[in-house]
Amino acid sequence: MCLGIPGEVIEILADKPDLARVDVSGVRRAINIGLLGDDKPKPGEWVLIHVGFALSKIDEAEAKAALDFLESIGQAYADEIDALRESLIE
Amino acid sequence: MTEQKNWVEEALAEHENQIDQRHFSKVAPGEREALVLERIDRARRARARVKEERITLAHGSGGKATHTLIEAIFLDAFRNPLLEPMEDAARLTMAGGRIALTTDSYVVSPLFFPGGDIGDLAINGTVNDLAVSGATPMYLSAGFILEEGFPVADLQRVVASMRAAADAAGVQVVTGDTKVVQRGKADGCYINTAGVGVVPDGLDLGVANAKPGDAVLVSGPIGDHGVTVMLARGELDIDTDLTSDTAAVNGLVADLLAAVPGGVRAMRDATRGGVATILNEVAKAANVSVVVAEDDIPVRAEVRGASELLGIDPLYVACEGRIVAIVDGTAADAALDAMHRNPLGREAAIVGRIADDPPGIVLLRTAFGGTRIVDMLVGDPLPRIC
Amino acid sequence: MRFVDEFRDADTAHALAAKIAGLCEPGRQYKFMEVCGGHTHTIYKHGLEDYLPETITLVHGPGCPVCVIPMGRVDDAMALASAPDVIMTSFGDMMRVPGSKGSFFDAKANGVDIRMVYSPLDSLKIARQNPDKRVVFMAIGFETTAPSTAMTVLRAAQEGIENFSIFCNHVTIVPAIKAILDSPDLRLDGFLGPGHVSTVIGCRPYEFISRDYGKPVVVAGFEPLDILQSIYLLMVQLHEGRAEIENQYSRVVPWNGNLVALKAINETMELRPYFEWRGLGFISHSALRVREKYARFDAEELFQVPGVRVADPKACQCGEVLKGVLKPWECKVFGTACTPETPIGTCMVSPEGACAAYYNFGRFTRQRVKEATAR
Repeated sequence: MCLGIPGEVIEILADKPDLARVDVSGVRRAINIGLLGDDKPKPGEWVLIHVGFALSKIDEAEAKAALDFLESIGQAYADEIDALRESLIE
Repeated sequence: MTEQKNWVEEALAEHENQIDQRHFSKVAPGEREALVLERIDRARRARARVKEERITLAHGSGGKATHTLIEAIFLDAFRNPLLEPMEDAARLTMAGGRIALTTDSYVVSPLFFPGGDIGDLAINGTVNDLAVSGATPMYLSAGFILEEGFPVADLQRVVASMRAAADAAGVQVVTGDTKVVQRGKADGCYINTAGVGVVPDGLDLGVANAKPGDAVLVSGPIGDHGVTVMLARGELDIDTDLTSDTAAVNGLVADLLAAVPGGVRAMRDATRGGVATILNEVAKAANVSVVVAEDDIPVRAEVRGASELLGIDPLYVACEGRIVAIVDGTAADAALDAMHRNPLGREAAIVGRIADDPPGIVLLRTAFGGTRIVDMLVGDPLPRIC
Repeated sequence: MRFVDEFRDADTAHALAAKIAGLCEPGRQYKFMEVCGGHTHTIYKHGLEDYLPETITLVHGPGCPVCVIPMGRVDDAMALASAPDVIMTSFGDMMRVPGSKGSFFDAKANGVDIRMVYSPLDSLKIARQNPDKRVVFMAIGFETTAPSTAMTVLRAAQEGIENFSIFCNHVTIVPAIKAILDSPDLRLDGFLGPGHVSTVIGCRPYEFISRDYGKPVVVAGFEPLDILQSIYLLMVQLHEGRAEIENQYSRVVPWNGNLVALKAINETMELRPYFEWRGLGFISHSALRVREKYARFDAEELFQVPGVRVADPKACQCGEVLKGVLKPWECKVFGTACTPETPIGTCMVSPEGACAAYYNFGRFTRQRVKEATAR
């Protein structure tokens, strides 16, 4: 629950290894990445941000899989609607 | 908390009287919900009453508390036909002509922020209130309340901004006042202004004029100023390239009025409380429904990002150089064109329309296709965390 | 916005809605509970109920950690804030929660130093900047937020900061879910699992729900399509006669949770034997408190808190709303004495409370709204 926002990691702060600078839609903020332990995020990776901490990395493969599923539903639906429409034209 | 107990008891009594009399339990579920909604409507239309004993920050946010305070305390005491419309400026007939008179106070913190300072706001805000009332802004007053210890150099900066803003808007500051209060009592500098302008004959703008079929336009991306200032306070450690949108819109307004003569019903300066507050004022004053589409409302990506991060809604965030215009449906495209041709209106958009049902309510069709109600702001935008 | 916009596509929503409707058995009613304020908010904000057939009802459970804080604890927080030299820091949602003598917002108007922060780290910063003051952080939230509080305490310990403490009101979700399942008032068909809590605790803690109660759980994300897809997955399980735990929010939620986060919580906090939840009464092992090892960061150790139990105002029916037994508009004072402007109970204060969500978003009969916004 609560406000968790996806943000892109821009840089890990050199003098403060616990902190990373993230970008959320053009807005930049330093957040604490301590909860990610040894699995430090690299610039370009995405994390879930909550009250100033990164809670988890966003797994791009899983995200893609989720989107693919949703798209397939969308496509199947669109196909069905097309089919329905075609059959009415007669 | 005695106050609270009293109105709790009142509500229970009301509940017993009205609902029981309608055999609440014997009513079908769908109708039951409708009865409750009716009850809410009645409560909302009831006479404004300030329940708090002390002023809170909510009273200054531009939302429900502000409106209640104004109605229950100021309107109640000063009541007269000139005050009642409660538009951005009062329209007065004096010495054979019509003038518009407005007043504003500026208490922004910090005083200097990306895109401007308190001086810019003071001039532009006042000019804008006159402009949206249909007046040609002409003369302003400027009263300063300065804090002991405030750097003179900062005062000079502010005043220089005011001069530049006044020149750009074509107005003059013709009278003023200065007071100094002890350290700790004025946050550096507060500015109060009043402005007068001339209203042409036959031009009677007012949100109560909105009619079903009218179009709702905004002149550009919303929320820039509020988010910029919130971030400039430095407490939140967020960087953006956002700047305040403070600007004098009298040129834009003049272009609009010229392009669609007779077609503009009302205009409002979208400041505290944001666009949502204005839409609610329209819905209430004209007893109409305002239906807007989320997709059509221009919002910069950074404003959206910062708002998501902080859990606030851009619809409620202040602007300082944007107007909301209600125009006749048939004139909407011409109005939009006129705004686009002005540098301050390049990103103007038609965001919705006026309908007749449900009256007094603002509805938003979400990007996702669902609908929700956009109520008047409550409290001060609270970052939603958990 | 990436990872947000793609999950908000309206056409896909219609497609999912059609599939969901297709799985509905004629004559059967379905009731799913979500136990996450973020889900309540999304459902109302995007009008998701418009996409579901009338036979599916979404019930909102005690997923809003602000909403479940009893009045007595709010009073305790106010007492802390009013103590000499204290700067109280809190998330925005807490500011207007009413105690028996008003809210933080009211206290602020009376001159008490209460500041809104976005992160517990901001609170620590204030402590560093004000060495002569005692800074207290009002720690609220489920397991989503507890790790951040824990990390902050560890940080404070590391830096040797001596003027920082937390008033710990973190609660845990599993006991609440169990209390709901054991309650005779409700017959549920499945759960939408809390997405962000699961980022920390993983999906395993929910196994008892399918194993012992035979109900399916789908851990759901927060975008509209996430929720619709999760409902679809629940319907598929019911259709196939399964009761399992599924993770729809796999792009963010690891099945085994976040070990670093769990360790941080475990290092600094322990379960209280019992804790009072607004509306649900006392639930054992459902909340956290600071461990003795870190007692110097525990506001309850450093200060005197009244600790008085305060009953909710008679009119308040938050309890039943939190359990999902009453719909917001069925509460006697909904919309009249209790509004977002003048809240009596917490369900109306927090933007994630069911009542506030309904008041702000869902208030009109679907028909009327559909007609008004038809294009």
